[in-house]
Amino acid sequence: MIHSIFFINNSGDIFLEKHYKRVIPKSICDYFFEEVTKNSSPENVPPIIQTPNHILISIYRAQMHFVAVCKSEVPPLFVIEFLHRLADIIKDYFDEVSETSIKDNVVIVYELLDEVLDNGFPLATESNILKELIRPPNLLRSLADTMTGRNSTVSATLPTGQLSNIPWRRSGVKYANNEAYFDIVEELDAIVDKFGGAVCAEVHGSIDCLIKLSGVPDLTLSFVNSRLIEDASLHPCVRHRRFEVERLLSFVPPDGGFRLMAYRASCHGNLPVPLDLRHTISFKQASGNSGHLELTVIPRPPSGRQLEDLVLTVPMPRAVSGASLVASAGKYSYDTASRTLVWTVGRLDSQKGAGSPTLCGTLVMQTGAPVPDCRPSILVSFSITGWTISGLKVNRLDLHGESKPVLHQKTSKYKPFKGVKYVTKAGKLEFRT
Amino acid sequence: SSASKMSNGGFQPYNSPMDQLGLPPPDHASSTGSQDGDRGTRSSAADPAGSAFFSGDFKKHDDLRAMLESSKDSQKLEAMRRIIAMVAKGKDCSDLFPSVVKNVVSKNSEVKKLVYVYLTRYAEEQQDLALLSIATFQRALKDPNQLIRASALRVLTSIRVPVILPIQTLALQDAVSDMSAYVRKTAALAIPKIYSLDPETKPQLMGVIEKLLADKTTLVVGVAIQAFEEICPNRIDLIHKNYRKLCELLADVQDWGQVVIINMLTRYVRTQFLDPAQQNQKQERQNPLDPDHELLLRTVRPLFQSQNAAVVMAVAQLYYHCAPPGYMNIVIRHLVRLLRASPEVQSCVLTSLSALSASSPHLLSGHLKCFYIHSTDSSSVKLVKLDILTNLATDSNFPVLLRELQAYVSSPDSELASAAVRAIGRCASQLPDTTDTCLNNLVSLLAKKDESVVAEAIVVIKKLLQVQTSDHSHMIVDLARLVDGIAIPRARASILWLIGEYCDRIPKIAPDVLRKFAKSFLEEEDQVKLQIVNLAAKLCVCNPKQARLLAQYVLNLAKYDQNYDIRDRSRFLRPLVLPDPSVAEPTLLAGKRVKKILLAPKPAPEVQSRFAEKSPFQLGSLSHLLNLRLPGYQALPDWPAEQPDSSVRAVAAPAPAPSSMAAYSRGGVDRISGSSDESEDEDEDEEDDEEDEEEDEDEEEEEEEDDDEEEDSSEEENT
Repeated sequence: MIHSIFFINNSGDIFLEKHYKRVIPKSICDYFFEEVTKNSSPENVPPIIQTPNHILISIYRAQMHFVAVCKSEVPPLFVIEFLHRLADIIKDYFDEVSETSIKDNVVIVYELLDEVLDNGFPLATESNILKELIRPPNLLRSLADTMTGRNSTVSATLPTGQLSNIPWRRSGVKYANNEAYFDIVEELDAIVDKFGGAVCAEVHGSIDCLIKLSGVPDLTLSFVNSRLIEDASLHPCVRHRRFEVERLLSFVPPDGGFRLMAYRASCHGNLPVPLDLRHTISFKQASGNSGHLELTVIPRPPSGRQLEDLVLTVPMPRAVSGASLVASAGKYSYDTASRTLVWTVGRLDSQKGAGSPTLCGTLVMQTGAPVPDCRPSILVSFSITGWTISGLKVNRLDLHGESKPVLHQKTSKYKPFKGVKYVTKAGKLEFRT
Repeated sequence: SSASKMSNGGFQPYNSPMDQLGLPPPDHASSTGSQDGDRGTRSSAADPAGSAFFSGDFKKHDDLRAMLESSKDSQKLEAMRRIIAMVAKGKDCSDLFPSVVKNVVSKNSEVKKLVYVYLTRYAEEQQDLALLSIATFQRALKDPNQLIRASALRVLTSIRVPVILPIQTLALQDAVSDMSAYVRKTAALAIPKIYSLDPETKPQLMGVIEKLLADKTTLVVGVAIQAFEEICPNRIDLIHKNYRKLCELLADVQDWGQVVIINMLTRYVRTQFLDPAQQNQKQERQNPLDPDHELLLRTVRPLFQSQNAAVVMAVAQLYYHCAPPGYMNIVIRHLVRLLRASPEVQSCVLTSLSALSASSPHLLSGHLKCFYIHSTDSSSVKLVKLDILTNLATDSNFPVLLRELQAYVSSPDSELASAAVRAIGRCASQLPDTTDTCLNNLVSLLAKKDESVVAEAIVVIKKLLQVQTSDHSHMIVDLARLVDGIAIPRARASILWLIGEYCDRIPKIAPDVLRKFAKSFLEEEDQVKLQIVNLAAKLCVCNPKQARLLAQYVLNLAKYDQNYDIRDRSRFLRPLVLPDPSVAEPTLLAGKRVKKILLAPKPAPEVQSRFAEKSPFQLGSLSHLLNLRLPGYQALPDWPAEQPDSSVRAVAAPAPAPSSMAAYSRGGVDRISGSSDESEDEDEDEEDDEEDEEEDEDEEEEEEEDDDEEEDSSEEENT
């Protein structure tokens, strides 16, 4: 399916290559570079590029292109999802996906590449299995290795039984402190037109877990208002039938962090966008070469909550060469290279009664350039903690299974620490002017 | 001593003794390891992946060779790491092959592993030397550790050396009946490798595939089907007996396997069952679903909720191609959900949705808002979304849609703005009732300052006017006035064409425009020149009094143009409009006839979605996306006219619990390698899996107890 994989950075350097069948020369990437030069930004490079004898399928992540070379029919999403999974694995191993982290651990990455695909077909992509085969580096271990003189990324004793009977969970997990954390993050995607009405609005949520529980715990997570969940996607560990029938999540979790569920929240009627924006942007003024800009944020947070990390981004047309503005709160900056105005407002304290922060002043227009008549959109990001916009709430989390006399092991009952965090963020939120 | 070394080892590599602890820093290792190496440049050996280290001087490789020959594992390991770092970088390390291959017998598991990785990369180039390693693999194939057996088989079959084909085939045949499912999985993956080395092995491999298809572990079935797809995708008959088992196991197979199995089963369904959408002529109602057909649809349905977009797409296309009508709403809902995923997934899913929106827009009409364009979307996504929006346009949603399109027209992204103008034009031609609204809108765009938008608007207006029967001369006059201010050739050409085509309606302006353009002819772009020649010819026929001389002038200029199209056009038009007086006999093409020819009503160009014609390809396939039949694409067969024999799928009733238990303890390793045998005893020891909840309470308890006991015994056997 996948013949070769190339890692390419933003400056067009192929810094890693792996071939799964016959070696395909690097020059195949020239077709890719051609597309890169054609497009203004790396995000715009089409994910599927056709060349005379091959098809290049690529993803762009963390300032890098991961390019897979295919020769024959293959489901395109299969390859794309695989490349993302590969990046996830790298992230899982080295805490971040970046050119540096890959270059620093090039041998481990190459071993991983060898293990995840065989003859171009996915072999082992579950990080729990992979970690049995190839040990991830960590500070403590490298320190210990240095002291003892051991130096190996392959587990010294190949796990004979390995691969636990639940594919996604490694066996023999033990923790001194048993903890289970759930982050429920909802993102608001909306387009607001120039009159302040929402053209479209949707809420997408996800539940990310960090679970450190000993043994083989069986968890049940139930919601107060599960009817709010629509179109969910579930981690393979979730028992599907129970979700369909009882609307609760019953699962044996993988060890560590993972995404338990992603969903679309049903929101009938109007969604409350927790802020309002007044804006005037004009590029033309009677006097000389300057435009005018005025932005006012009117926060409408739910009672008792605060808008945090508020940032407004306005991509300006090429003709705007600078800005001289006054911000009543926060800081603004104008990047002349990308022509982007960024206003970082930060936290809006409702106690202070600061009211509505404004950004106001003139835009410096390039001399001689025609006055643009386009209308830039204002991109807004914010977060509100302790609140979900859809109103979804966890009812309770139950732990079963650890008390059962399985395998005649002495499993001590434990009481895990449980934590749930709610956050609402702006997803793709934009105000048209 | 160790402490002092660690602190200054990097600075004094020359004097320090051989590292006793086995972990020298990289530069340290190279220096101590290369007693006979090139001492002069040793200090540059800092970064194993660094290019400076290996460039030019290949005595450096001697350095590595010496390390590989050393008796210390740490040295070998260090050398192998550097070599692999170079291989990863794409540098040629084939000259080290003899030194590396010796280490295949190394006791150190990591050295061995790296040697394996090296071997698969270079064995093909060094076939004779590669043979040295074969014996090691043959030995490893008998190792008690399943992982060692598996990796030996994997590397052995990855060595593309025809001479060892018999050894590979033999190893494969053994591995297929290995106790460990993991080894059997590796065996299934090895089949295409052997096949590509020598297609003659096909009959042998078929036997192996047949055996693997009968495998009941979730770990194996996915890859077995993949091998089936690559070697003998047409032997549908091999699937019959395994069909029900595949359906039942599907939910527990790894996501990659799920995609492959569902895609294959789509073809299977299309050959073995009747079209559920087709009316049964005798009973005048839809064909009842075959129970097996229904079984698949039912077992696959939960996979709509997979986190892997490829699985969701596979299920969606199965429902699209094989389910009775009425299920499409679910399909669309889940495909729309994928639009939230990564941009690459989004772009692929949108292409499929765009095909659906062209063939059956009613399915998507409820999701119009999902396709609204965000300014942060990538440019290809923007264009596909626009295509879908236009496909979904109806008389009722048109006002909303038009407002949305207008917003795009004033976007700073001029590519989107132009595309939005085109989209308005397409709406107008799709929905005749809206044409006037659209035209007015487009005309108002002519006042915009963005030239590319104006140009696009002109081109679209031209197309629309062509279909309009009513008189729009005022609009043409407006356009004629604009022509001086517009530099984009496409727009200028469009205006000229319009003036020529409708010169009867604007008798005053047309000759004047021709006069201006006759003057600027030499500076114009080719496509504009062509339209000037056209305009000249048309005017010459309609209004010879004013235009004849001008036309003559233009045709003369065109006659000597550098572009042969323009020269040809001039040569073709001249005898028609300016007949040579010296030829006594008037040509057949004179006067009125010429006018009829030149001003014949011309069909308007049709603007269509890319997927206006129903694609013959399977939804979600790469061929569908590129609209091109790729090698390896298996066409979706048509539904059979008669119900094929449905008893072929019958297998002996699912084994009752005890016997499956027996099968279970027999293959005790299966369970350890994370597979569930029969669906009945899916509940694995600690994890009373999914099934529990679904079964009757009483039964469940009994079974569970059985299970546990059984588990214990097998566990004991293993340990």
